[in-house]
Amino acid sequence: MKLSEVRDILDAEIIVGEDCLDLEVHTAFGADLMSDVLAFAKAGSLLLTGLTNTQVIRTANVLDIAAIILVRGKKPSSETIALASELKIPILTTKYILFETAGRLYMKGIVGCLSKVENTSGRT
Amino acid sequence: MNVEAIVAAVGLEVKCGRESLGREVTGGYTGDLLSDVMGHSKEGYLWITRQVHQNIVAVASLKEHAGIILINGCEPAAETLEKAEAEKIPVMVSVLPAFELSGRIYNLLTSPG
Amino acid sequence: MGEPKPNLYSESFHIEGGNFNSAGIVSTSIKSILKKLGIPGDIVRKAAIVSYEAEINVVSYAKKAVVNLTVGPGVVRIEVIDEGQGIPNIDLAMQEGYSTADQRIREMGFGAGMGLCNIKNYSDDFHIESEVGKGTHLKMTIQTP
Ligand SMILES: Nc1ncnc2c1ncn2[C@@H]1O[C@H](COP(=O)(O)OP(=O)(O)OP(=O)(O)O)[C@@H](O)[C@H]1O
Ligand SMILES: [Mg+2]
Repeated sequence: MKLSEVRDILDAEIIVGEDCLDLEVHTAFGADLMSDVLAFAKAGSLLLTGLTNTQVIRTANVLDIAAIILVRGKKPSSETIALASELKIPILTTKYILFETAGRLYMKGIVGCLSKVENTSGRT
Repeated sequence: MNVEAIVAAVGLEVKCGRESLGREVTGGYTGDLLSDVMGHSKEGYLWITRQVHQNIVAVASLKEHAGIILINGCEPAAETLEKAEAEKIPVMVSVLPAFELSGRIYNLLTSPG
Repeated sequence: MGEPKPNLYSESFHIEGGNFNSAGIVSTSIKSILKKLGIPGDIVRKAAIVSYEAEINVVSYAKKAVVNLTVGPGVVRIEVIDEGQGIPNIDLAMQEGYSTADQRIREMGFGAGMGLCNIKNYSDDFHIESEVGKGTHLKMTIQTP
């Protein structure tokens, strides 16, 4: 699905990346601990988190995350916004909690990063 | 829907607190930061987390959660199980990551019937 | 054995302990350098992950560090040498879930006790040495096709 659809499903506000709405996403990862994200999340996924500091952007950049969804109405700091713009990582914010954000996206066909499954699926 | 129905529907391994599986689930909260969960989760929620240490029991008990589900096949610490058993809080384990598990449980809780 | 093959690229970086505002800058640079050298995306990602975890550890637990990036034929090497408290028990530190991170670090999303495991898992070869009161030395090797 396109990032614009993700925005609509989550009734989200786009904070960075108005020009990235055509981006295609299929998988998502939800976590509040960055080492978990680094251990499991796959490139091209959505990252759902309640954290808003600049390390979220660094983590997303390291992993080539497609876009960050901040949950529970969190607003990033100006440093976070500046870094995300610089590294071209879209940030959306939704009022839903992580549980419901995951639920709504899952219902519309986004799947989790099931690391074992993906590793054998011949992703190039 | 009670905890037991969710255990059956998404295939959870129950580690302790079986006597409380009849509790009604009113919602879910997914999060790994204790202060966040403390501040925003509600009574009757299932808490989905990757934290395994004993502090999670205190949070779940204070917030009167229906139970705790550990993700990614995480093993709870021994003290966590001891405390949870004493507090009669079900601790369950899923092999799924947080996104997938939250997605499935949300679906169960919101689908009619 | 013939002449050792020359390195394609090498550069050193500095990390300042305790400074969370700049944490991650070095790994971001390493990532863009490797990308420019035409190294495949999944290898670049591995290198970025290991250097990022190491960088966060320096910022969290050490005073300062030097990072040496070397790209040779078929290999990316990242070495992180810090000055700081060192690690008293490496076996323990390498255990998944073991962490001494304080509240401030945890609130930033670190302290899961997985960083060193991630570094080991994403490296093809990993060495760690540490001396209490002096510092820690990490050597990571990632093979490129
Ligand atoms: N460079 C270092 N200097 C001193 N101590 C360190 C260093 N790196 C790691 N440690 C010690 O080893 C522990 C485990 O490190 P590791 O990176 O695996 O987990 P963490 O940093 O605690 O959490 P995470 O990396 O998951 O956010 C740390 O909590 C710390 O006590
Ligand atoms: Mg670490």
